[in-house]
Amino acid sequence: MKTQKMIVLLFLILTVVLAGCSSSNGGSNGSAEGNNQNESNSANPDPTSADEKVTINFMHLWPEGVSTAQNKVVNDIIKQYQDEHPNVTIKLEVLDNEQYKNKLKVLSTSNTLPDVGVTWAAGFLQPYVEGGLFASLDDLLGNGLGDQFVAGTTDAFQVDGSTYGVPLEFNIAPIYYNKEIFANHNLEVPTTYDEFLNVVQTLVDNGVTPIALGNKDRWTGSLWYMYLADRIAGQEVFSNALAGKDTYMQDSLLQAAGEVQNLVNLNAFNKGFNGLSNDEGKADFYNEAAAMYLMGTWELANFTANEEIPQEFKDKVGFFKFPVVSGGKGDANSWVGGPGVGLFVAENSPVKEQAKQFVAYFVEKWGEKAVTDAGVIPATKVDTSSVELADLYVELFNEMNNATSITLYADVQLEAEAAEVHLNQIQALFGNAATPEQFSEAHEQAIKK
Amino acid sequence: MNKMMSNKWIIALYMLPALLLLALIIYIPIVLTGYYGLNDWNGIKAMTFVGLENYKELIGDKAFWSSALHSLLLALFSCLSLILYLAVSLVLASKIKGANTLRKIYLIPMLLSSVAIAQLWLKIYHPSNGLINIFLEKLGVVNTPEWLANTDIVLFAIFLPILWQYAGFYILIYYAALKGVPKEVEEAATIDGATAWQIAYRIKVPLITEVLKVTLVLAMVGSLKYFDLIYVMTGGGPNGASEVMASYMYRIAFKSFDFGYASAVSFFLLLICLVVTWLIRALTASKEQIQY
Repeated sequence: MKTQKMIVLLFLILTVVLAGCSSSNGGSNGSAEGNNQNESNSANPDPTSADEKVTINFMHLWPEGVSTAQNKVVNDIIKQYQDEHPNVTIKLEVLDNEQYKNKLKVLSTSNTLPDVGVTWAAGFLQPYVEGGLFASLDDLLGNGLGDQFVAGTTDAFQVDGSTYGVPLEFNIAPIYYNKEIFANHNLEVPTTYDEFLNVVQTLVDNGVTPIALGNKDRWTGSLWYMYLADRIAGQEVFSNALAGKDTYMQDSLLQAAGEVQNLVNLNAFNKGFNGLSNDEGKADFYNEAAAMYLMGTWELANFTANEEIPQEFKDKVGFFKFPVVSGGKGDANSWVGGPGVGLFVAENSPVKEQAKQFVAYFVEKWGEKAVTDAGVIPATKVDTSSVELADLYVELFNEMNNATSITLYADVQLEAEAAEVHLNQIQALFGNAATPEQFSEAHEQAIKK
Repeated sequence: MNKMMSNKWIIALYMLPALLLLALIIYIPIVLTGYYGLNDWNGIKAMTFVGLENYKELIGDKAFWSSALHSLLLALFSCLSLILYLAVSLVLASKIKGANTLRKIYLIPMLLSSVAIAQLWLKIYHPSNGLINIFLEKLGVVNTPEWLANTDIVLFAIFLPILWQYAGFYILIYYAALKGVPKEVEEAATIDGATAWQIAYRIKVPLITEVLKVTLVLAMVGSLKYFDLIYVMTGGGPNGASEVMASYMYRIAFKSFDFGYASAVSFFLLLICLVVTWLIRALTASKEQIQY
């Protein structure tokens, strides 16, 4: 009798365990049904027939609370799209930046990417394209959407001549500076590198930290190195070296790396920068303890719209172009920057056509709302006359229009493995743990690999 | 009940759910990881079988061996600190005033999550307005150390919070074990004229050897596969100066996207942990349990 009772109990436990496992089974059954439905869809010549119910899965990386403004813009656009297309339901999944990257990776191993998702350009995109996971968006761009982008912004999303992502953001990196600190020490905005070194020296002599930097994140220091390489070696030489078309062991690149260490030895950067994250490092600029901060234009929102930052501080912030180095080959209108994230459509999505249409719609609406509502500079052309914008934005838009070249961030340009080497070497270079020769040599090896 | 437990089939049936679950989330993935380690795989493209190529690369990988050295150093420090914890527990277990409160204070770090501890210590180590450097400046030190940016000291700066984090755990284990030592033995020794030191060293410690062995294994293996604080506080930087084996593996898998090689690293890490555990068991094996 007791035995029977125990066996019944045992089966109960087993059922619970099995039920726990089966929820995932149910999920895969569900998607299998979705696939079946897809097959019947593709038999249908017109995929956009209005009466058909369609669900598009969309995964993005602007969680509410972390990227509140972007989150709201996305939700607005989705709501609008669903209102205009009553047969379409957009299902959202929102993750934080790093988690997003990891999840995308995991999903791709099981080939279950969302229909539409966010991706980065160049080196990040490449393995996904080679693995046949992202759909080509050439048809979309050829269909008029391409003309809306700022020239060249979609290039970074190309692999072998086809475009696999459409950019949402576009940024360049100026040096922001604190006007008050400059005025207090009778400093002018530097236009040549010698003047810049003079500014640094004066500030150091007066006990002010010249530059706020958080180099634990490594790409922050990379910006400084990239500008020096660009100004000294020239955009073409530097790009070719990064692309592996030419050797990295060039005198001009060695000189650029040496110049970074020169700045470090001048105490140009805040104390302990190699152990500080970007957020910790930039706190010195926001607390007015440091006079300058080199960062992408995504920071602009903090100097204009963000209400948590006091107006007195915002009024003090100006920007200047990275100064030219005398004898160097780069010119002042050459920028480091590039497209930020973009949207992709999954190759094996059961609703590929509808997803593409959604992407086109999204990019267009995003371009209209991003600057005004979220302070994000979109990759599509902005009509500065029709929207009310802060001066800083207008000035920077003008700079963008005058740019002679824009060099894509090195860690985005390089493939993942080489990018890791680059970032680690940046930390070593800034920490005086590697000589310029070792720095260049490590790059040469990693890029040629 | 007894009748039922004598039936091997019933016992097997009862073991089944737990066994299935364990196999599904632990043993099968371990085998798979071993297999991935034999492939060249970036996590997306199809795998290509390369045999022991990844392990060959591992043997010659300086960055890996430096991270292995850091892990071993951490293990060494963790084991040495066990002596300190034992001493603290011996004091706590004797009849001193406030032992109860002290025990609770030591346990607090255990209750905090790793990320909270990391954030706390990031503030303490901040180069210009961290607790330690402000204190040093008050004392008149001019060039205060850059705790997490200086490649020579970052490793040790990070060991400190790690040891602090687990102190309460080991103290609690030792305390419980010491409380289990029979009072009679201690009283008899006191009557025979033994000093407090002799009671601790000759009676209490030998009686808890089994517990000591367990904590030794826990500390060794825990240090070898340690990850959390290092990931949050420095990410293994600057330039690999605080990298340990687990953070190195993570970096290869999720930053360099080389899952094949990362699997090889993690499998190797597993082997090291197994060997170390076996070594400790073998070295500390005693034929008979000490009893008084």
